[in-house]
Amino acid sequence: MEEQSIPIGMLLQKAAKIRDDILLMVGEAKSGHPGGSLSAVEILVSLFFYKMRHDPKRPDWPDRDRFVLSKGHAAPVLFSTLAEAGYFPTSELMTLRKLNSRLQGHPDHRVPGVEFPGGSLGIGLSAAIGMALAGKVDKKDYRVYALLGDGELDEGETWEAAMAAPKFKLDNLTAIVDRNGIQQDGLTEQIMPMEPVGYKWKAFNWHVLEVDGFDFRQVIDALEKAESMRNRPTVIIAHTVKGKGVSFMEWDPAYHGKAPDKDTVRKLVKTMLEE
Amino acid sequence: MLVQLASMRDAYAEVLLELGAEDARVVVLGADTSVSIKTSLFGDRYPERFFNVGIAEANMMGIAAGLALAGKTPFVTTYAAFVPGKCLDQIRNAIAYPNLNVKIVSSHGGLTVGPDGASHQTIEDVATMRSIPRMHVVVPADAPSTKSLIAQACRTLGPFYIRLSRPSVPTIYSASKDVEVGRAKILREGSDIGIIACGIMVNEAMEAAETLSKTGVSAEVVDSHTVKPLDSETIVRVARKTGALVTAEEQNVIGGLGGAVAEAITESYPVPISRVGVRDTFGESGEHQELMVKYGLTSKEIARAAKHLIKSR
Repeated sequence: MEEQSIPIGMLLQKAAKIRDDILLMVGEAKSGHPGGSLSAVEILVSLFFYKMRHDPKRPDWPDRDRFVLSKGHAAPVLFSTLAEAGYFPTSELMTLRKLNSRLQGHPDHRVPGVEFPGGSLGIGLSAAIGMALAGKVDKKDYRVYALLGDGELDEGETWEAAMAAPKFKLDNLTAIVDRNGIQQDGLTEQIMPMEPVGYKWKAFNWHVLEVDGFDFRQVIDALEKAESMRNRPTVIIAHTVKGKGVSFMEWDPAYHGKAPDKDTVRKLVKTMLEE
Repeated sequence: MLVQLASMRDAYAEVLLELGAEDARVVVLGADTSVSIKTSLFGDRYPERFFNVGIAEANMMGIAAGLALAGKTPFVTTYAAFVPGKCLDQIRNAIAYPNLNVKIVSSHGGLTVGPDGASHQTIEDVATMRSIPRMHVVVPADAPSTKSLIAQACRTLGPFYIRLSRPSVPTIYSASKDVEVGRAKILREGSDIGIIACGIMVNEAMEAAETLSKTGVSAEVVDSHTVKPLDSETIVRVARKTGALVTAEEQNVIGGLGGAVAEAITESYPVPISRVGVRDTFGESGEHQELMVKYGLTSKEIARAAKHLIKSR
């Protein structure tokens, strides 16, 4: 097992820094989507600081692994991760959502490291399939990762894509569902019940894994298992908590798309740093 | 005179094979209409570069976006009734916004798909696609220009919407090199009225000009195959020369070529305009010639509009 070599300490540090940045940038922007950004931190950290083959100095490297943020409203977690990885200066993060900034409210692929403009929900998995197909056609061994929101699974296109990926035997594709249980209007199971989620993907012929989305060992182990699977795409249902790390945001649908005010953010980040 | 008829679909299938041979980046996507539109011929020759996604247009557009992001030049094809209708969001957000090199070719546009009726007739697609930033919109008039315009689209970076009609149409262009994306083509010179047409209505415009000439009216006919970016320069020049314009298209009169010409003329050289097209109504089942007559998509209608404009001058 690779498990022995996973640098958990470094990953934890990165996650803490990225959580702070998410809060600071959303606070500065006075709008944005903190909840679904905070729930996905460990997933992105596992990918960008451990699993993925990528080079921040060569964002257009043809052999790079690709990460598609289908739940584009979680742009803050993507931008802060990319900046922390070195794709662009972290100082730019505070321009989020401001006029003339590259850091749009939802990802724009002018930003180095952004592979897909995932603002409108439901499209990212299709786009990831396209990238994975191109990899197969070109006989390249890069992998494609797509992060989907659980609320996003309401979109019909997700299931069109879910049907297509196994047809094309895309074992170079891994979908990850950020199962934080909350969408804009409330709990996913109240707005549009989607359980049993794992069985749905299984019925669509995917290799299905379920993990605690905050446990680096579990997330990374699943990513490794996905890579060794042949002829089938893998979906990892990552169980998370929306607003993770900020007690008053956790499990509160209000923080899907609401920014805490700046003073609250400063206090929060101070407390989190002390922890 | 012997009129030679040729199918735009056949022309598309032929040019796809040529493009596939010369450019390994060309890939083709279909949504269970590939046999009908004949893109399956590409799939027969290049199976590793052909993807049939089933009846799932939204997914098809999203996959095309991903292929383009990974360096491919995807041609995405189905009936115009479903593109852009079933996948406008994907076209806008995943293809046009990031300015991807995706070529959307729809077949069976307009009313002339015929007996299938209104659900399968498309009269809004040109207007819709035209309103999306970065999108090119091309409506070829015949088989040779279909081939040429599609080949040019393949070599031009950025998203294209190319709309074909179902019926075989008379050949207008003898050599396909006569046609250039973004440049309207003057097919017949005249001085009393300008007829700006696209798609299968170009042939009707040519016939109208012939009819008009017999009554002493000299009509200039322009094939404005590229609806966006519109060749405003040529169209304004025709407006200055003739003093009145008739537009003709197999589309709703709202927002298509007629709308584009009206916008261009109004801003720089206003002249009276009459728009020939579907008059903001849905179609119905019928043979394609019957539909063209009933819904006013004929040379007769163009000639009538031209005479009316000239009389009221």
